[in-house]
Amino acid sequence: MNPGADTVQNAAATPEKEQPYDALGLKEDEYLKIREILGRRPTSGELAMYSVMWSEHCSYKSSKNYLRQFGQKVSPAMKKNLMVGMGENAGVVDVGNGWAVTFKIESHNHPSYIEPFQGAATGVGGIVRDIISMGARPVAVMDALRFGAIDNDDTPRVVHGVTSGISFYANCLGLPNIGGETYFDSVYQANPLVNALAVGVLRHEDLHLANARGVGNKVVLFGARTGGDGIGGASILASDSFSEGGPTKRPAVQVGDPFAEKVLIECCLELFAQKLVEGIQDLGAAGISCATSELASNGDGGMFIELEKVLLRDPSLTAEEILMSESQERMMAIVRPEKLDGFLEVVKKWDVETSVLGEVTDTGRLIINWHGEEIVNVEPRTVAIDGPVYDRPVVYPTWIDALQADSASGLSRDGDLREQFLALLSSPNLSDKSWITNQYDKYVMGNTALSYPDDGGMVRVDEESGLGFAVATDANGRYCQLDPAMGARLALAEAFRNVAVTGATPVAVSDCLNFGSPENPEVMWQFSKTVEALADACLELEIPVTGGNVSFYNQTGDVPIHPTPVIAVLGTIDDVSKRIPSGWQDEGNNIYLLGTTALELDGSAWAGTIHDHLGGTPPVVDFAAEQRLAALIQAGNEQNIIASAHDLADGGLAQALAESVLRFGVGARVWLGDLLERDGIDVTTALFSESTGRVIVSVPREDDVRFQGLCEGRGYPVARIGVTDGSSLEVQDVFTVNADELRHAHTRTMQEYFGAVVGA
Amino acid sequence: MKIGVITFPGSLDDRDAQRAVRLAGATPVALWHGDHDLQGVDAIVLPGGFSYGDYLRAGAIASHSPIMAEVIDAASKGMPVLGICNGFQMLAEARLLPGAHTRNGHQQFICRDQKMRVENASTDWTNGYAEGQEIVIPLKNADGRFVADAETITRIEGNGQVVFRYLDVNPNASINDIAGVANERGNVVGLMPHPEHATELGFGPDTADAMRSGTDGLAFFTSAIAALTRV
Repeated sequence: MNPGADTVQNAAATPEKEQPYDALGLKEDEYLKIREILGRRPTSGELAMYSVMWSEHCSYKSSKNYLRQFGQKVSPAMKKNLMVGMGENAGVVDVGNGWAVTFKIESHNHPSYIEPFQGAATGVGGIVRDIISMGARPVAVMDALRFGAIDNDDTPRVVHGVTSGISFYANCLGLPNIGGETYFDSVYQANPLVNALAVGVLRHEDLHLANARGVGNKVVLFGARTGGDGIGGASILASDSFSEGGPTKRPAVQVGDPFAEKVLIECCLELFAQKLVEGIQDLGAAGISCATSELASNGDGGMFIELEKVLLRDPSLTAEEILMSESQERMMAIVRPEKLDGFLEVVKKWDVETSVLGEVTDTGRLIINWHGEEIVNVEPRTVAIDGPVYDRPVVYPTWIDALQADSASGLSRDGDLREQFLALLSSPNLSDKSWITNQYDKYVMGNTALSYPDDGGMVRVDEESGLGFAVATDANGRYCQLDPAMGARLALAEAFRNVAVTGATPVAVSDCLNFGSPENPEVMWQFSKTVEALADACLELEIPVTGGNVSFYNQTGDVPIHPTPVIAVLGTIDDVSKRIPSGWQDEGNNIYLLGTTALELDGSAWAGTIHDHLGGTPPVVDFAAEQRLAALIQAGNEQNIIASAHDLADGGLAQALAESVLRFGVGARVWLGDLLERDGIDVTTALFSESTGRVIVSVPREDDVRFQGLCEGRGYPVARIGVTDGSSLEVQDVFTVNADELRHAHTRTMQEYFGAVVGA
Repeated sequence: MKIGVITFPGSLDDRDAQRAVRLAGATPVALWHGDHDLQGVDAIVLPGGFSYGDYLRAGAIASHSPIMAEVIDAASKGMPVLGICNGFQMLAEARLLPGAHTRNGHQQFICRDQKMRVENASTDWTNGYAEGQEIVIPLKNADGRFVADAETITRIEGNGQVVFRYLDVNPNASINDIAGVANERGNVVGLMPHPEHATELGFGPDTADAMRSGTDGLAFFTSAIAALTRV
């Protein structure tokens, strides 16, 4: 009980009272705007709500003006299969046969630096609740991770913590982890990125949107009790940079309980199945403040809540703390009065604690009482939707001219290529990540058709028909630093290609845009270029962005991270048994390189690893070519003449060849002569250039003629570069590396820094 | 033939076990931990997962669930009972199987395709294998280290109650590489690896033949059906 709660009446009577808006992360003009909206000073409860909901993390105030492009640059073809677009908890795509897939990627970067285990764990928990609130069953997770330099003293703390946090939470939820990516770069030293992706499936008729409609319907909070964890997390943590010497922010990181969430998943799905709820909203950032104001804004506009009915873990919490708490594993449901008994029966079956907080009203106001006294009386839209929008200053970073002028083409390409190949294969970013993925359950649910180290993860949706989806995430921050627009196009192209090589058809995009401070005009330039390029590129590829998240303030002191727009592409496949393996399984197949190779070493892994160089302009993307390439692979797969397909990206052809050998232990003999002549390149370029639109495929000999005919008919450049054979990788006249040496080079690095790979 | 799969709060591989039962040719029956009704099933699978969040000890709380009284009773009368991973932990906690489980030796969760040897091919869940047969079954756990006192180990080794032994890699530092055990009668079997995840072409472990084509786990379920048919 908190007798001193600041009531609306009190606020009206004491306009002069000084309020700590600054400590809550609000700027003075924002505070004055709140006073203007309310016609009085806010109560401390209202101030708490506005402060979290108007934070950068919740309000998208710096990005909103740009993100609109994703809704505007849309063709009819992009809308065709889109059931729910941006703005809801997660986008929903029709995948046929009455099935739909929902997916979203979201950041949990700042908490994962302060407290890596809980930060990463609750990142998974939060994105999974977004999926549940659409009425879907979560079926897979993936994660895109960026850590500091592998040899920095602090990196093991973050790597161990993040990996075991994701492992702990997702494994306990029973969700297969089907892939992701991991990069190390000193730019992420004090600001790692933990972007968690979740995918859910549902029948069309089970789709639910979270809104509070129907006057008299009950507002019910269920799940874990509300505690003091994560208070202010949204406003203070996610919307402010870490500064050295500042106070530790650990208490603002949430603590997760995956068992509670697993029970909540099953409970929600049963509530949906029995049609006992109108809608369910998850409680994530900004907790009850967010859930009540969003539900009301998206519904009939009015809601009355008795806040003292919230079940507490800690009875000493104040009303403001309850409004702001980000305790995990909580959901808010809208329930018809006549269905309340049935609702309570289901939650009792799952031993989920529940309290009815209030009801939907037609007042147009969100009114929250605390022990009979009114402490919040606001128009919900002013909290949830009509927050401040900033047109932040944008300045072209002039340093980029010198950076782009410093091309890698001038670097020596004379070195020992065998040595360089092995150096790249064992470099932190290209080395094997089993150290991480062996800690994730990839089998649970029994539908995983592809997973790490395959190019994309693939999951069966329908056991009858074999219908399934594939998903891949990509982003190369180095490219984005050189040219944010091209970097974004490259990330999208690679994710698109990674899905295409599995045999699936790309259909939708979710993005997690990780950037530095929006108050830095050069960061805003990077951001504006990224969003513009992405929106244009999606229009070109005709696949819609269905949702995602923006994470700003990823910097330490004044140094922003490289722009890191992690792009997730979702694809569909009518039968997962037609999926294409990423590596070689049979000897005697021909190996083809699709696409052409140019001298594109700027920003490449080769330039970074061999020469410690970052400069120049990244490879150019041709989306029309990417589409033709995807269609070609699909056609070949339909004819059942493609034995394997693997995307070329970081590390170029050499890395792709090595990975194709390592996947199943079947080697290859490769020759580059024809390629060098056709493309007019040297051996170093052939091996390590990162030109786009390229895939290596293996084809059974008997299907050779048909395959070549296919490529010719579609006008896609193709060159036979080898044959699968033995267990070594031999690039004729350049180097031979046997299977053991390959494997050792690929797997040693993570172990050297983080300890043995379990079970290796 | 009806094989029940019990769902506890926090069970994760329950529907996978049901699928495996179906693929083996029996009818899966979903059982609920809070009930006392076995619904006339002929055999029971306790599936994997993190029942009750593995609070206290893995499997400890679940072993006191209402339905476990019926499971213990049925097992004592000879009904085939299989515990997989968390289910194995429950059977140990319920004293239907010898030994106990602690945190993996390396302290981490591990997921891998695990090779093991069938040491006893005469139990109700292994009669479809040959003694000494090597099989590959996915393993995924955090608390899979099998431990028991020296006297128990001597006894179960002598009685042929060690049903499976890890090969190549001991993934969790279990004593004597023990992957799974049976009761003396051979109707109750528990193991850490997940046979239900090696029952369907395309979704199991990789084999020399093809990606994800391993179905070495299917014989667990056909063995139970055979055992029941024989009776």
